[in-house]
Amino acid sequence: MFETLILMLDATMRVSTPLIFAALAGLFSERAGIVDIGLEGKILGSAFAAAAAAAIFGSAWIGLGFGILASVALAMIHGFACITHRGDHIVSGVAINTIVAGLTVTLSMYWFSMGGQTPTLSGDARFLSITLPFANALADVPVIGLIYSELLSGHNILVYLAFAMVPVTSWIIYKTRFGLRLRAVGENPHAVDTAGISVAFLRYRALIICGILCGIAGAYLSTAHNAGFLKDMSAGKGYMALAALIFGKWRPVPVLLACLLFGFLDAVAIRMQGVVIPGIGEVPVQAIEVLPYVLTVLLLAGFIGKAIGPKAVGRPYVKERA
Amino acid sequence: MSQAKVPTWVSVALIPFLNIMMAFIVSGLVILAIGENPIEAAGYLIYGAFGYDEGVGYTLYYATNLIFTGLAVSVAFKGGLFNIGGEGQAYIGGLGVGLVCLALDHTMPLYVIVPLAIIGAAVFGAGWAYIPAYLQARRGSHIVITTIMFNFIASSLMVYLIVNWLKEDGRMAPNSRTFEENAWLPYLHKILSPLGIEIGDSPLNLAFVLALICCVLVWALLWHTRWGYQLRTLGTNPTAARYAGIDTAKVTIWGMLISGGLAGFVGVNEIMGVNHSLLLNFTAGYGFAGIAVSLMGRNHPIGIILAAILFGALYQGGSELAFEIPTITPEIVIVIQGLVILFSGALEHMFKDRIEGFFIRRAVA
Repeated sequence: MFETLILMLDATMRVSTPLIFAALAGLFSERAGIVDIGLEGKILGSAFAAAAAAAIFGSAWIGLGFGILASVALAMIHGFACITHRGDHIVSGVAINTIVAGLTVTLSMYWFSMGGQTPTLSGDARFLSITLPFANALADVPVIGLIYSELLSGHNILVYLAFAMVPVTSWIIYKTRFGLRLRAVGENPHAVDTAGISVAFLRYRALIICGILCGIAGAYLSTAHNAGFLKDMSAGKGYMALAALIFGKWRPVPVLLACLLFGFLDAVAIRMQGVVIPGIGEVPVQAIEVLPYVLTVLLLAGFIGKAIGPKAVGRPYVKERA
Repeated sequence: MSQAKVPTWVSVALIPFLNIMMAFIVSGLVILAIGENPIEAAGYLIYGAFGYDEGVGYTLYYATNLIFTGLAVSVAFKGGLFNIGGEGQAYIGGLGVGLVCLALDHTMPLYVIVPLAIIGAAVFGAGWAYIPAYLQARRGSHIVITTIMFNFIASSLMVYLIVNWLKEDGRMAPNSRTFEENAWLPYLHKILSPLGIEIGDSPLNLAFVLALICCVLVWALLWHTRWGYQLRTLGTNPTAARYAGIDTAKVTIWGMLISGGLAGFVGVNEIMGVNHSLLLNFTAGYGFAGIAVSLMGRNHPIGIILAAILFGALYQGGSELAFEIPTITPEIVIVIQGLVILFSGALEHMFKDRIEGFFIRRAVA
């Protein structure tokens, strides 16, 4: 029982990693006042760019670099539409998701002719598991040994990075001057403008950070979690990250917990497949799969707490005209 | 900057045309980048969509779905609501159609089943839109997020229902039994051939006529009824709408119900008209494509028909294109669709402000 739980938590960490990166990406963007439905597209775009570059150059790190570049480029399109041209944030996000869904397949067919996939990655082209020091030696120690060797050890570097990003994000958002301004521009851009700080530049920087984090999420999917790019491999993770962002009420630590909860539900859904619970019978996998979405709707409806986003989110900023 | 001084042809023709051209130019560059000739590609595309009877039939069949989802997005949009849940509403609408057909196809004639199936689609589609609508109107939950969540919930629900309850016994394929022929919506080529009009075989069916009727109804509802006026007022200026005594919550909910019902009609075309059984993922992205259609059609039924035919042509022509030039996949159509959303939606101000400014300056001078 204990071992099963540890294995499920282990799976939770792997599944939650892209959600954490993407949800933190969304946090930077939305805290600055830019709604980002395009998380999904950026993850998918980066997953493709990372897998393609890793396949060509044989290095997961170069793949990661290209993934980040692709994702930041998409974030800049979003910025160009929403900040520079005061376009609708949702429409722009939908546009990016749609373009990427088509473009990744088109380009992968052109470059690799493998029905919309990239070649299978192996060796240095993937991020491989890291065994923490003494993990094997401690494996036999009761309780702690299992937690250390199974749960904490044996993940790839991006998993650890995802968890490290949470305190880093907290620090940037709450403890730095940039973070203060970032939060201010999402609440009251007029005040920021009056203080002589460029609203547009601040928001562009938030989107660059958002792009970088989504880029890592995508690279994780195709070069660490899987061994290559598959058509539509982001499979709604961007939207789930958005749900986690709302569920965590736009704050780093609660967002992490929401991602872990959603990841855990995913691990439960896989494990519960075909399992008959005495007295209840077989729980349909779909019922567990939809829980993240149902919970988010309930939260939005105000049945479990209240989700209040940044005040100026989604509204284009127009300078007062004389 | 007052809108009134800008000539009508500029805002209804020139600016949309420029936006679409930008989308096509960028798509052309993509095709060029993968080493193919965009002009040649466009040639195959146009031939595939309009060059022969069957092609035209397929184009209009795709357009049927897009008219439904385009209208759905635009009705909500007129009320200032972004219904991104067309995909889920269409999916559940299809469930309504499927249940009616499965229940009645052994006992009832077609003329009884058709109206009931249409009602089933509308009720189920609208029902799926009701919860997000209610939460938006009464509890202030953001409709974009809730409708996205409902798309995922719809998808899981349909997998559950089809795999566990509606699947044909002893079969592996996740779809229901095929309906008896008296629950098939007639194909247009079968209706027209006794009248001496021969058109090629295609999935084009009576749902296309339903789509055109919906266009007329939506036009009448939005621009010629009191409720339509209230919805448009709400969309233009919610504060003014409240001060004018409009029950904004009620108008919001009804706007979303109509939107969801329209999206549900995709089920009539797909389930009753073409597939003749309830199956997974028949919505195939039409809900999202509806956003592009409504943006391009400028939220007006006539514009939506034109935009739906254009996108239908892209879908159909895209398959032809992929057949003729194998390096180009049908997914290129999705890229074009996304670029249309980008240029005529997100970047709409890019040309608009400058061109309108130009015409206003000229009018003043």
